[in-house]
Amino acid sequence: MTATTEQRDARPPNDDPHQIGRSNGEGADRVSGHGDGGPADKRTVVGFGFWIFLLSDIIMFSAIFAAYAVLEGATDGGPTSRQLFDIDNAWVETLCLLFSSFTCGLATIAAERRNVLWTQAFLLATGILGAVFLALELREFVDLIDRGAGPQRSAFLSSFFTLVGCHGLHVTAGLLWLGTMMAQVWTRGFQPNIARRLMCFSLFWHALDIIWVALFTIVYLFGVR
Amino acid sequence: MSGDDHQREDDRTPGSHQASVLVQVGTYTLGLVLALGLTAISFWAVRTHMLWGPGVPIGLCVLAIAQMGIHLVFFLHITSGPDNTNNLLALAFGVLIVFLVVAGSLWIMANLNANMMPMPAMMSPQT
Repeated sequence: MTATTEQRDARPPNDDPHQIGRSNGEGADRVSGHGDGGPADKRTVVGFGFWIFLLSDIIMFSAIFAAYAVLEGATDGGPTSRQLFDIDNAWVETLCLLFSSFTCGLATIAAERRNVLWTQAFLLATGILGAVFLALELREFVDLIDRGAGPQRSAFLSSFFTLVGCHGLHVTAGLLWLGTMMAQVWTRGFQPNIARRLMCFSLFWHALDIIWVALFTIVYLFGVR
Repeated sequence: MSGDDHQREDDRTPGSHQASVLVQVGTYTLGLVLALGLTAISFWAVRTHMLWGPGVPIGLCVLAIAQMGIHLVFFLHITSGPDNTNNLLALAFGVLIVFLVVAGSLWIMANLNANMMPMPAMMSPQT
């Protein structure tokens, strides 16, 4: 017995209930966080890395949210949020995104069962709902610009278009990714790398919905109140 | 090995789960219903005149944070379990930064606005 093993055995059994420093030298199947026991499996590493990316994306959004919150009153004598925003449109957009998040979750469940048909069906539903959301948002943008409330009208509208447009760009990127995933599942099936990409896509899509929750509350609900 | 009689699980990532189809679909459905309910309440709170006006923004913030929590738990499967320590710590750090950026910006800019010298010439629209 080595000295480290004796030290570990001397500890009470519940010394490390969350097993953060786990399994020193206990074999290759364990994740230790100390470099022994080998690295975690690829699915865990990829998922965690993508989770870090999502958090950094959310931090980027927080800067844009802060800019919007600061500039919300800076209308330069132009139209205010109360005059511009249509809460019914925001409600339909919210429903679209929420249900697309739900169908995306169902697609993940089907993909875990390696069921191509249901995976594709739910991914398609996710894509259609996302496209409807995007169409509604574009229609709102066009309507605002037609009414002379484009991004160059005031600091408030600049920050509004930046914030909502940035979320819309994320949804657009998500839709492109979704189409790519559907094609890859179609042609290559559920190889391990395809399954990991699908998992990352579902994380991305759920994160977009979380950002939308903050967005419709701060922009639309606070705006028309 | 010594003292290792309990089953340990691998580290899990957000989005991974191991349960039957029914349980998984049920989890998502419950999350959907809760999120729908909270969204409906917040949209209702804005339209109605039954609520005390100044209290509505605080209520909206609470509802939004609750709904984000529901998304995290039911859709992203973030839990407080030992297999989720890394995800939760990363999330906590992210929330800290978001809070610092948003609250700090609002605080500083409100302070600057309050201390701004009145400049009528700059207030009028430029030609």
